[in-house]
Amino acid sequence: MTEPVAAVIPAQRWQPGFMLTMVVMAALLAVAPFAGIYPVFLMKALCFALFACAFNLLLGFGGLLSFGHAMFLGTAGYVCAHAAKVWGWPPEAAILAGTGAAATLGLVTGLLAIRRQGIYFAMITLALAQMIYFFCLQAPFTHGEDGIQSVPRGRLFGLLDLSNTLSMYYFVLVVFIAAFALIYRVVHSPFGQVLKAIRENEPRAISLGYDAERYKLLAFVLSATLAGLAGATKAIVFQLASLTDVHWTMSGEVVLMTLLGGMGTVFGPVVGAFIIIGLENYLAAFGEWVTVITGGIFVVCVLAFRRGIVGEIMAWWSQRKS
Amino acid sequence: MTEIFGIPTQALFGQLLIGLINGAFYAMLSLGLAVIFGLLNIINFTHGAQYMLGAFCAWFLLERWGIGYWWSLLLAPVAVAATGVLIERTMLSRLYKLDHLYGLLLTFGIALMIQGVFTNYYGSAGQPYRLPVEFADAFDLGFMRLPKYRAWVILASAIVCFGTWYVIERTKLGSYLRAATENPALVQAFGINVPRMVTLTYGFGVGLAAFAGVMAAPIYQVNPLMGANMIIVVFAVVVIGGMGSILGAILTGFGLGVVEGLTKVFYPEASNTVIFVVMVIVLLIKPAGLFGKER
Repeated sequence: MTEPVAAVIPAQRWQPGFMLTMVVMAALLAVAPFAGIYPVFLMKALCFALFACAFNLLLGFGGLLSFGHAMFLGTAGYVCAHAAKVWGWPPEAAILAGTGAAATLGLVTGLLAIRRQGIYFAMITLALAQMIYFFCLQAPFTHGEDGIQSVPRGRLFGLLDLSNTLSMYYFVLVVFIAAFALIYRVVHSPFGQVLKAIRENEPRAISLGYDAERYKLLAFVLSATLAGLAGATKAIVFQLASLTDVHWTMSGEVVLMTLLGGMGTVFGPVVGAFIIIGLENYLAAFGEWVTVITGGIFVVCVLAFRRGIVGEIMAWWSQRKS
Repeated sequence: MTEIFGIPTQALFGQLLIGLINGAFYAMLSLGLAVIFGLLNIINFTHGAQYMLGAFCAWFLLERWGIGYWWSLLLAPVAVAATGVLIERTMLSRLYKLDHLYGLLLTFGIALMIQGVFTNYYGSAGQPYRLPVEFADAFDLGFMRLPKYRAWVILASAIVCFGTWYVIERTKLGSYLRAATENPALVQAFGINVPRMVTLTYGFGVGLAAFAGVMAAPIYQVNPLMGANMIIVVFAVVVIGGMGSILGAILTGFGLGVVEGLTKVFYPEASNTVIFVVMVIVLLIKPAGLFGKER
């Protein structure tokens, strides 16, 4: 009776169609700064694309709607910024520290959240994220409303100077592509198939001998870790970690990116992230109307456009072929 | 001045009172959420925005047309409930056959739109709502002063909460409602118009949120974001209480308000987070919630 949250995942591992699309995407992104697109915008969009992909791993393939993913993005950002600025760590170590912090947080919150299902899962993650928000608001090392500012970008492995915008951009691109390929690989692995089975029918998966809780927890931690990677990278790019990234509006935003692009599709979140970040850039002058438009997109997506952009294209494509 | 555990009783009772009042709002809001969830299987994320709408409605009525508090208490919930019915008929009703998560996402989007419009016109600063003159002074209870309006909030919310409980658990209408929660198709077969009942239930839950908003207007400032911050705490309250029981939602709401108030006295730094901490503990010990049943 209920429509599945996401599309069907083909079992084949590295499909030629996917490989081709991915190479084209990577090539386009690699030349984009020379095509007159502002690299800082691209870096922001890539960080959010990674964030949305990580989120989609959980929602689109695991069927778990987390409404608190901002806590991983924000926490990783704070830890990374603190490590780079106060402890003077090189960027790669700082990013690893941030990602590790998000993974740990993901493990703790995941253990709690998977105790309930469906709508409760969403509410629990939201509440836990709000708790982290208040913690970040009050803890001294986050500097409250100011955030951690002027974080040094440093030299990558002591060699590459990241204060150069283009070097920074290619570093972000490499991180993104690597994480993206990892997500694709995970989704199409036996683990991903089990996850899908649990999403479709949890009792049956359990009766087949799969420890559903463990699979869900692993997916949650993985998603949190990659969201943390996005947050830590973002902190180095913008040299800033602030409360915006832990606020619940950020959790809502990543849901929107995934929904708009197409949940359960591999490329959907990337498309969604670029559109939403582009829209925000473009509409920055309109102030609060951006929130109204964001809400409007949510409503339209849910009512008329549940497969999202990439999902619709894929449905149209497969219909044409048959 | 007398002291308990090194805390002046005046401060202790003052915070207890504030906690009880916050608890009254938690109870009313989580009650509305539970009623809506029971029949619609949807978590109404717009609930916070509708609470804010109720407060703004009262503020408008007073500032624009000079319509006072008592009329607002009636008119604002009806008006907001009407918008709720509209939302249910035009949008929510299309989602009942889908995964429940879509309902959450839709109501989240609507909440963003409502809040965005109001923030755009009124900023995030609060608008003060004048206290009705009847409530100007306070009762002197000997050990503390109890402002009349605060006493009224606790009393009125208790009446509304237990009234709702009575209607749902003890009347014929309530028995239809409970039956439709269990098996809508069967109730429909008995000639009861279930879709209309669903619409009215949503309207009622929303009206309850708006009622809470009007009650809140003289205490807190009328602020476009007043609902957004509230709703997350109320979600935690709902997780703690479990949505299986109406009475459970009410008791958890009041109880957690008091817990929060006491935390403000003994360890103020944690007062923002204590409800979430309680939620974590409850999840560890009794995952289904204090009054919930595993489903």
